[in-house]
This record gives sequence, structure tokens and C-alpha cells, in this order.
Amino acid sequence: MKLLEVKNLKTYFTIKQGTVKAVDGISFDLDYGEALGLVGESGCGKTTSALSIAHILPKEGEIVDGEILLEGVDLAKMSEKEISKYRWNDVSICFQGAMNALNPVMKIGEQIAEAVMLHQGLHEKKALEKAASLLELVDIPGERINNYPHEFSGGMKQRVMIAMALACDPKIMIGDEPTTALDVMVQAQILNLIEKLRSEFNMGFILITHDLSLLAETCDKIAVMYAGKIVEIARSQDIFEHTSHPYTDKLIKCFPDVTKGKLMPEGIPGTPPNMLEIPLGCPFAPRCEQVCNKCRQVAPELTEVGNEHFVSCHNWEVIANG
Amino acid sequence: MAKIFEVENLKVHFKLKGTFGSQKKTVKAVDGISFSIDEGEVFSLVGESGSGKTTTGKALLQLVPYTCEKMLFKGEVIENSKVGLKNFRQKAQMIYQDPYQSLNPRNEILDIVSEPLIVNKLTESEEDRLERSRIALEEAGMAPGEDYFFRYPYELSGGQRQRVVIASSMIMKPDFVVADEPVSMLDASIRTGILRLMMKFREETGVSYLFITHDLSLAWLISDKIAIMYLGKIMEIGNSDIIIKGAVHPYTKALVEIMPKPGQARLGERNVLEGETPDPTDVVEGCKFCSRCPVHMDKCAIEEPPMIEVEPGHQVACWRAMK
Ligand SMILES: Nc1ncnc2c1ncn2[C@@H]1O[C@H](COP(=O)(O)OP(=O)(O)OP(=O)(O)O)[C@@H](O)[C@H]1O
Ligand SMILES: Nc1ncnc2c1ncn2[C@@H]1O[C@H](COP(=O)(O)OP(=O)(O)OP(=O)(O)O)[C@@H](O)[C@H]1O
Ligand SMILES: [Mg+2]
Ligand SMILES: [Mg+2]
Repeated sequence: MKLLEVKNLKTYFTIKQGTVKAVDGISFDLDYGEALGLVGESGCGKTTSALSIAHILPKEGEIVDGEILLEGVDLAKMSEKEISKYRWNDVSICFQGAMNALNPVMKIGEQIAEAVMLHQGLHEKKALEKAASLLELVDIPGERINNYPHEFSGGMKQRVMIAMALACDPKIMIGDEPTTALDVMVQAQILNLIEKLRSEFNMGFILITHDLSLLAETCDKIAVMYAGKIVEIARSQDIFEHTSHPYTDKLIKCFPDVTKGKLMPEGIPGTPPNMLEIPLGCPFAPRCEQVCNKCRQVAPELTEVGNEHFVSCHNWEVIANG
Repeated sequence: MAKIFEVENLKVHFKLKGTFGSQKKTVKAVDGISFSIDEGEVFSLVGESGSGKTTTGKALLQLVPYTCEKMLFKGEVIENSKVGLKNFRQKAQMIYQDPYQSLNPRNEILDIVSEPLIVNKLTESEEDRLERSRIALEEAGMAPGEDYFFRYPYELSGGQRQRVVIASSMIMKPDFVVADEPVSMLDASIRTGILRLMMKFREETGVSYLFITHDLSLAWLISDKIAIMYLGKIMEIGNSDIIIKGAVHPYTKALVEIMPKPGQARLGERNVLEGETPDPTDVVEGCKFCSRCPVHMDKCAIEEPPMIEVEPGHQVACWRAMK
């Protein structure tokens, strides 16, 4: 049994202008100890996917279809009451810039202990001990529970947030841009830490980012999202070496590669889709250089083009063959 | 090559108000740095958070009090009078990191873009203001410009907002722009458009940029020269290929080594520097990087290394680089 299987998940937001199909039928799975990268433009539905899996959607949002099987149990159809047992305990999220959410006038240890008490019902003394051991886990000396946030560097604060996300020994941890806005050294430190925890606890990990350059060296698999759908998913190396979707191809070319020559990236022409009015056919068609008539009428299905490599594009062979 | 900026031994120290009874502390945000920027050059400042990048940019733009041995703009001292500063401010502009915060949400795009013209009383008529704003917006990739005049920032995407910011700083035809993390809040796809726009302006107008970023691969891509900062000091300056392929300073080397490289799987653990960066209020004797340096010597903790030229245009502050 897989740790997590997401099948045809659809999460929509209902707002007065209409329906935002933020996540529109995505499927993937995650094994114990495995890391999956979720990448795509701003607004393509990455955070909404994460919030759906952790069941912490805002009130406008609703899972309208699909299954989220955590060790075989479907979370998608659970009631609010049933789910509360799983939330935080099994799936936890560490958000971008979360470190800024630390309370400046409260000691670090007390803040971690608060999370522990809330989710695990421990007493204060036990919770503080747990807080110290969680700090040790993220390579910060336990005695620093008595420090205030301003006595910590940015990287240490972000590690505190990871410690909090670990408070309940989750089976899956989701990092939503956990290292964005941090410099390379701190970023590397956090990624090392996540890798350590992943192998130590056999934890599944989902890394959400729009920085593709991070994913190759961090994740086993990469899923590329566009307009609420996964348009390409494969083993990390295959995403880079056997790129088969025109959007993935453009996205990769947006990142400078110091091992190659200095070339200003071409960028992705056109504008991101209006999520309220996804056109008929392939959502990427208006921006695609390989577009043909079929693309404007028929939305391509995700099809297997190689070992564990899925793409939704009518003309994937053009890209795959360079 | 003519220089747009020459700076020697620039220092910006902030005195913190001590809580009652405790000693006053000083943050040495910038602690004695020297560099020069050629006309038409892109000069990047790269370093971790708190290393003093923004403060350096603000000092050049005369926005924070500083001391120095020399600061020349186009070969001349920046006149510290009202008129002198006014003239200077027309030629030197700043682009801030966050397009969501740097635009006043209550102002229409037209007013935002033309603000520098109004402030500096540079428009002859309303028609002139409209025309120049339209051109500025269109040059920034927002055409037709008049379609955006009466919109508000919240009605634009992040990339469009950053274009408005750029249009507004370029409307004065500046000679020098400090761009403080101008694309770090933006998506990869939008980012490229903004970078291309900045480079297009450089080609057309010869503007020089001080480009502030913590992204070394981005700095490499767009700049002629890179300076690596750590705790208020410059550790190494060189042309961008030298910094990536022939770095000498152990800090630069460490940064280059752990840079994520697209498409490359990693083998083994990332070599993260030991320890934490000292508090900027601590007094650090010797080399500021010493406490985290994998190859430090006894001397490094005692005496600060001077900046030396290891080859033309490549300077390093490290005792190990001395021969
Ligand atoms: N509470 C909400 N109400 C209405 N629409 C929403 C809400 N939250 C998100 N959306 C919309 O759903 C879509 C997906 O948003 P989401 O936050 O999942 O994107 P994302 O991929 O995480 O983007 P980013 O990289 O900017 O974080 C967007 O079009 C967004 O505008
Ligand atoms: N007005 C101020 N008063 C006191 N300290 C300040 C002030 N401005 C900056 N500092 C301190 O000076 C140091 C350098 O700050 P600066 O903003 O220049 O760093 P930076 O390199 O731009 O960092 P970041 O990447 O986070 O923007 C920091 O320790 C900061 O806290
Ligand atoms: Mg998001
Ligand atoms: Mg800054």
C-alpha cells in the first residue's frame, strides 16, 4: 500500500465572479520516504492541492470530487469531526515565510510547546521537554527554548517552524515554498535537514516551489502543474532529460544554468490563464509554440510516454525529440 | 572606462536604543567597503540576509547617514545641499523588492508613474505628463499605456506591478538605478520579462545598475561584476564568470558549491558551513568570516585581511589569498 494516493482530486472555490477550478482532477502517489516536487506558475493550484490534502481549506473552497487515500483511508469524504484526528497528526504543512508568524514576545520553547499541547494533549512540563527535543532534531541546541525569536537568525526561525510541523510525528510533511526568500546557505541547511528527517522517519515529503532548479536535487519525482492540472509528472531526471511538455520545457529554460553559457532566458510568452475562464481544449494552447487545431478543441489526457512518465500534450513527441 | 560610482571605505553604523540600564549597541551594517561601478555596468551585490546589501544601496542613494573616505558620482562629490541632492535624486533611482508594498494602493497607475515628474516639477503641461507616462508604460511592456492610467495596483498582476515600478523609476531617465531584489517575489516566467526589460533599458540608455540579490545564479546571468558580502564586508569582487568558476575566497567557494544547479541530481549531503553568522552587534576581531571558515588560520582571528588584487579586476579579502 502506498502512503498517499491522490486520485482525480478536484477542489473548487466559489466566489461571486464564478467558480475557480483551482485543482481540477490531479492524480499522483507518494511512497514512504519519498519526495515529490510540485512546481508551476503562481496561481496554478499548488497551495490549494496542499491545503486539500491536509484538509485545511478556507471556507470558499471545497473538494468536489476525487479521493485522497492516506494509507488506504479516504480523507476526501470524511466529515469535519472524523478528519480532525488526522489533521496535523498525519499530514503537516510548513508555509512560506511562516517564520514571520512567530510571536515576538513569547519564548521559542513556549511556542513549540503550545503546538504540542494543542495537538497531543501533553502537560506543560512534558510539552516543554518535547519542545527541546524537537529543537535538537532540527540541529538547534535544546537549551535555546528560552530564547526569543529575535535572538534567532532567519534560517533558525524557519527550522523552528519545521520543528513545529514535526511536533506530532507526521507521516507526510508538505513544505510550501519553505526556503523561498532564504539565501543559498540557509536553503541548503533546511534541505539537508528535511532529507535527514525523511530517511530517519521514513516520512513522505511534498515540496512546493516555483523554483525548478531546487527540485532536481531534492525530489525523487516532479509534478508540473498548469491551470489546476498536472501536465507532466515523472522521475526528476526524466523531467530534465526527457522533457516532454512544452510548458515544462519553457519553465526549465527560465532558470540560468551556470554550467552552460550565459543566455538570457526566453521566458514564457503570453499571460497566465484566467482561472475563472479556462478555455476549451488545452489550457496552455494560447501560449504554446507547438499549438495545432486539435489543441484548441480537445483537452489532452495525461498519457504514459515512458517509464513512470506521464504527459498531457497532443504534440509531446515534438518536444521529447528536441 | 568612466566610472558612475566610486566608493572608498564606506561605513554605515546604526546605534540601537538600549533598553533602560543596558549598554547601547551598534549594528555595523556596512563596515568599510570599497568598490567602483563602471558606466553602463551591472554590478551585483550578493550575500545572505542582513549582510548589508540594502543598506549599501541606500547609502549610495544618500538615504541613510554614512561615513566614507571617498564617494564620487560621475567623478564628482555629491553635493550635500538641497539643490545638490535634488539634482542627484533625478539621476539615481531605486527599485524595491516588493511590488505589492512599494506601490501606494490608493493611487492610480498614472499618478504612480508620473510621480517623479511631479515631485521634481518636470512637466510643462498635463498633456506632457500624460504623454510621458504613456511612453514610460509602453517602454515597460504595458501597451497601450493609456489603458492602464486609471487602474489601481490591486487590479494588476505581480509582474505588471513591477513593470509599473520600473516605468516610474525610468521616467526620469536615470543614470544609475539600485534594484533591490527586483524579481525575487516574482514567478520564473514573469521574472524573465522584467530582467529583459531592465537589460533593454541598459542598452538603450546606458543606465548602470547596482543589482541586489541573494541568488547567485541570477547575479551571474545578468551582471558584469559581482561583489560577495558577509556581515557588512565585501569578501570578494570579480567579473561574474570569475566568481562562479574561479572564486578564491572560502565563503564564495562555499556559496558556489551549494548553489542548486537545474537538472543535476545531488550526490551526498550539501556542504553547509558550520555555525551561525555572528550577531551584527557583536564585536568581531580579525576576519568577519573567521568563525565559520573551514580553512581559517590563527592569524585570521586577530587581524583583518585587507582587500588585495589577485589578478586585474579580481579582489579578495583573505589571508590565504596572500602570497
Ligand atoms: N480563498 C480563495 N478564494 C478564491 N480563489 C482562491 C482562493 N485561494 C486561491 N484561489 C485561487 O485559486 C487558484 C490557485 O491558487 P493557489 O494559491 O493554490 O496557487 P499557487 O499555485 O499556490 O500559487 P502561488 O505560487 O502564487 O502560491 C488561483 O487562481 C487563486 O486565485
Ligand atoms: N535602520 C536600521 N536600524 C538598525 N539596524 C538596521 C537598520 N537598517 C538595517 N539594519 C541592520 O543592518 C544590517 C544589514 O541590513 P540590510 O537590510 O542592509 O541587509 P540585507 O543584506 O539587505 O539583508 P536582506 O537580504 O534580508 O534584505 C542588519 O543586521 C539589519 O538588521
Ligand atoms: Mg501557493
Ligand atoms: Mg535587503
